[in-house]
Amino acid sequence: MSQVEHKHIHHPHAMKHSDLADCRLCRIEVDQLGVTLDNQVLLKDVSLHIHCGELTALIGANGAGKTTLLRALLGQIEYKGTVRHLSSDGRPAADLRTGYVPQQLEFDHSSPVTVTDFLAGSLSRRAVFLGVSRKMREKVMKALARTHCEKLADRPLGALSGGELQRVLLALALVPQPDLLILDEPVSGVDQNGLEAFYQTVDELKRHNHMAILLVSHDLDVVERYADRVVLVQGTVIKQGSPQVVFDSPEFEQVFYARGGRA
Amino acid sequence: MSVIYGIMDVMLPFEFMRYMFMKNALLAILLVTPLFGMLGTMAVDNKMAFFSDALGHSALTGIALGVVLGMPNQMAAMLIFGILWAILITFVRHHSKMSADTIISVFSSTSIALGLVILSRGGAFAKYSSVLVGDVLSVTQEDLLALLVTLIVTAACWLLLFNPLMITSVNASLARSRGIHARLTEYAFTVLVAVSVMMSIRWVGVMLINSLLILPAAASRNVARNAAGYMRLSVLISLVCGITGLVLSYYLNTSAGAAIVLVCAAAYFVTLPFRRK
Repeated sequence: MSQVEHKHIHHPHAMKHSDLADCRLCRIEVDQLGVTLDNQVLLKDVSLHIHCGELTALIGANGAGKTTLLRALLGQIEYKGTVRHLSSDGRPAADLRTGYVPQQLEFDHSSPVTVTDFLAGSLSRRAVFLGVSRKMREKVMKALARTHCEKLADRPLGALSGGELQRVLLALALVPQPDLLILDEPVSGVDQNGLEAFYQTVDELKRHNHMAILLVSHDLDVVERYADRVVLVQGTVIKQGSPQVVFDSPEFEQVFYARGGRA
Repeated sequence: MSVIYGIMDVMLPFEFMRYMFMKNALLAILLVTPLFGMLGTMAVDNKMAFFSDALGHSALTGIALGVVLGMPNQMAAMLIFGILWAILITFVRHHSKMSADTIISVFSSTSIALGLVILSRGGAFAKYSSVLVGDVLSVTQEDLLALLVTLIVTAACWLLLFNPLMITSVNASLARSRGIHARLTEYAFTVLVAVSVMMSIRWVGVMLINSLLILPAAASRNVARNAAGYMRLSVLISLVCGITGLVLSYYLNTSAGAAIVLVCAAAYFVTLPFRRK
């Protein structure tokens, strides 16, 4: 398969300012992605690169197609176009493995299912009502340690605070280690401390594990502080680049501040 | 069978156990209650109490169809109807913008009315009133065998379905991202509940069957500390309540199903104060 043209080889930091620049890092290339559902075009011609070791933020008004794009990347809906996973030398890498932290959790909070039950049930086929084996418990504790929430292992899932729950779900999303970690507005309804803790953990992962992270967020402060690249979506990609470039663009102005706009 | 009866005579030297119908009834309870105790956990976790109630009500139409088609085909007619009805409700629920409550109510009332219309034709409903409250004392050996097969098959499916159902109950999108086919899991569970309901409805009754599914699990989650405890305790509570209810009904000379449900309700209220805050 042919690549997007190699315009120039950049230093990883320099490429922030150009659209679809190539780099020496492994990446996920989304090319001409389109989604049509019930004869309604939800997304068209979406092209973007998500680089390893970077946090890419998707922003846009409600209904702009952010969640649709995530679902396409997760393989949960059909799409046109290609999503390729390339290694640092531009060759196709192994199948893209995604980790996902969902947006809202409207589950029954009075269920006795614990954090350990939930992780063990996700990581193995053995029915958890048979009990969690010692080996599985070790695996669960190791996973929880990565997001600093070992202490929550025996707490019922429904008793966790919003921030704690998100860290537990992040721990789960990291097993097996994903190439692309997808965070769907993970901290809505989370207090300030929880929010900081969550993004500190995400930042650590980005740095130490060289993971590509895609974040959908409405919180522009968070995006400005933690994102390396920002993609503004409105049915298609209308602007992408560093946070500064996107935030200062007329497109951004139009989506978020224009009178009569949908935002 | 005679071996089992022999064992029961030795182990349970009680007055009420002298009767064959009580022996069979007890065996039926030992098969039906774990079935519902098991399925109830995820019915509650997936907020399906109302849905399973509709499934229970649909059994009335199932029975009516069975009566129309004649005894030999009754069980098959009930099973096929129950499975199709369950799949239909689930399908409509996913493909309609109406709220689940409304859809379930529509289906539930339709099947009750349809069942009543068929069964009451010619003013003969009194003959079938037992389907409302069930009659566990009329269980035969063949029925017991059918219940045993149902329990074994359901338990086997449960080993595969429990984890996917648990994950899906928290977040369907997350479940899908972990390779779980959330829809398929839900349909499989629905069918499992439908089959269990149809296989037990004549003994437990249309009005009571949902209580047997929901109450033990609801009582168990009051005190359970994890998933394993939740399941085990739910099965244990339904077993103990089933046996207690049956014995009580013998001495009080009341409907067995109703007595069992009352004991389950008592278990729920007794465990309620132990709920974690």
